[in-house]
Amino acid sequence: MAALVVRRLIGIVFVIFLVTVFVFLLLHLIPGDPARTILGMDATPEQVNALRHELWLDRPILTQYGHWLLNVFKGDFGRSTIYNRDVSALLAERLPVTSYLSLFSIILSVLLGVTAGIISAIRRGSALDQTVSVLANTGISIPPFWLGILGIYGLGLKLGWLPIQGFIPPTVDFWQSTKQIIMPVICMAVPAIAVLARQTRSSMLEVIRQDYIRTAWAKGLKEPAVVLKHALKNALIPVVTLLGLQVRILIGGAVLVETVFNIPGMGRLMVQAVLDKDFVVVQGTVLLMTIVVALTNLLVDISYGWLDTRIRLE
Amino acid sequence: MESHQLKDITAPGSFTEIAPQVSEFRRITRVMFSRLVVIFGAIIVVVFVLTAFFAPLIAPYDPTALDLGSKLAKSSAAHLLGTDQLGRDVLSRIIYGSQISLLIGIVSVFIAAFFGMGLGLLAGYVGRWVNTIVMRFTDALLAVPPLVLMLGVAAALGGGLKNVMISVGFALIPTYIRLMCAQCLSIKQSDYITAARVIGASDVRIMGRHIFPNSFPPLLVLITTNIGIAIMAEASLSFLGIGISPPTPTWGAMVNDGYRYLLSNPLVSLAPGISILLVVLAINLVGDGLRDALDPRLRGLL
Repeated sequence: MAALVVRRLIGIVFVIFLVTVFVFLLLHLIPGDPARTILGMDATPEQVNALRHELWLDRPILTQYGHWLLNVFKGDFGRSTIYNRDVSALLAERLPVTSYLSLFSIILSVLLGVTAGIISAIRRGSALDQTVSVLANTGISIPPFWLGILGIYGLGLKLGWLPIQGFIPPTVDFWQSTKQIIMPVICMAVPAIAVLARQTRSSMLEVIRQDYIRTAWAKGLKEPAVVLKHALKNALIPVVTLLGLQVRILIGGAVLVETVFNIPGMGRLMVQAVLDKDFVVVQGTVLLMTIVVALTNLLVDISYGWLDTRIRLE
Repeated sequence: MESHQLKDITAPGSFTEIAPQVSEFRRITRVMFSRLVVIFGAIIVVVFVLTAFFAPLIAPYDPTALDLGSKLAKSSAAHLLGTDQLGRDVLSRIIYGSQISLLIGIVSVFIAAFFGMGLGLLAGYVGRWVNTIVMRFTDALLAVPPLVLMLGVAAALGGGLKNVMISVGFALIPTYIRLMCAQCLSIKQSDYITAARVIGASDVRIMGRHIFPNSFPPLLVLITTNIGIAIMAEASLSFLGIGISPPTPTWGAMVNDGYRYLLSNPLVSLAPGISILLVVLAINLVGDGLRDALDPRLRGLL
């Protein structure tokens, strides 16, 4: 088990290293002079040169990368030209908001997705199964931002049940905060619910055909015991892997949903930075989001080893 | 008795039954369209493609023509879906928007498939250090959330049709590398590859004539569903204001435009979203049908 964790950890460190190279090169992909692009056309050559020097753009590329990486290691992602603040401070402010929304979305999607998947697998071919299948297909095809706007129009503007935008931390006003996150959490969860339902269903169908399930039936166990104790644990193995991939999609959803509901999270920060050409912030957000995804995948790999003994022993 | 039977079978003219001549293509289409939802999906896809091609003939108005006299008009006989904040006809804009969606869907998936399959084939066939380098690169690309990757590339390159195609295409590459490499590794073990090598086929010939065609069915499914993903990605980027800039009508940007005028005419924002939903759903349904028909393990299942 320890060997597995160490091996995965080495893999992740390598992946993050490569991502730092991508993220660093991002600034250099910009056509023309990045300093000029950041400052705009009316900046004086002196201002441009000063910024070039500040961003280390006037030094050899490897020196630039080394300097940047060392700073990132120390937690210094540079300084935002638009907010005039340290990027690390901005990230520290925004990450908890996105994590808070994502946590509820994950819980909601696992509860609904796995349940729907189990039900449609054990009632395969029934009207219920077909309904789940249609809903799941629709769920992965719904643009999350459009679903958000539909909610704003219906539940917010027409019915007046839920606030249409903003985010108040739950520590300040718990009730208002909870009302505010209902729609964003649902919008982020819908694609995840759909994917999980489909995966759980096909994985359960695979498992139900196995000999040990027939044995469980044959020794007279009741349906809930067969489904929950024997089938589910084995069917969940591929689902857990998928959950790791889901986090990537969830973060993409957060980018859209935070924009729709005007929530000050990482996604909104990144979109605004792209629009403002605030490249240092773009670099910081991409890197941090990637690290979060990589660490989640590590957790998934570890729980995978715990669920499936064969992998632990490999 | 037994030898007599054998003789009978081999004797000329003794065949009363001819082996059923079902073409592979007909079998696949029959399995694929055996489900009603797949037919439904295929019809929508056909309508979508025809709309994109014949947009100038179908659209009742010029999609960029301003009519400030009738801003945010509700649905009426003159404007079926009403007008937007600049008095442009929403239906016409949706019809023209299908062109951008179709174009981005096809071109960016082509970019991703071309480079992804090339790299995957190379990594799987050559193996060793080439495989290691390509797969590490792929792992790193897969670690970045797709929308974030697209935003990052779009941030560096800027918006516009060409750059959106490149950023969407780039973000889709890693799945092709993975799938092609895995396919290549398993096909490489087959006897017919050894046979081809024994008769002196070159590496390029083995890759091009044997490995590539045999690994194509699962890739075809990936290409189909990816067109839907690319359309969704373009809509998301345009919604965020980072994709294709106005006044070109795109579905994502229209949802964003109408967002501030929900109370005056909700259709400005909601109708283009329904188009995205329908087209992506239809492509997914066709992709599912194709997978069922092509994958022997899943045939008849799911």
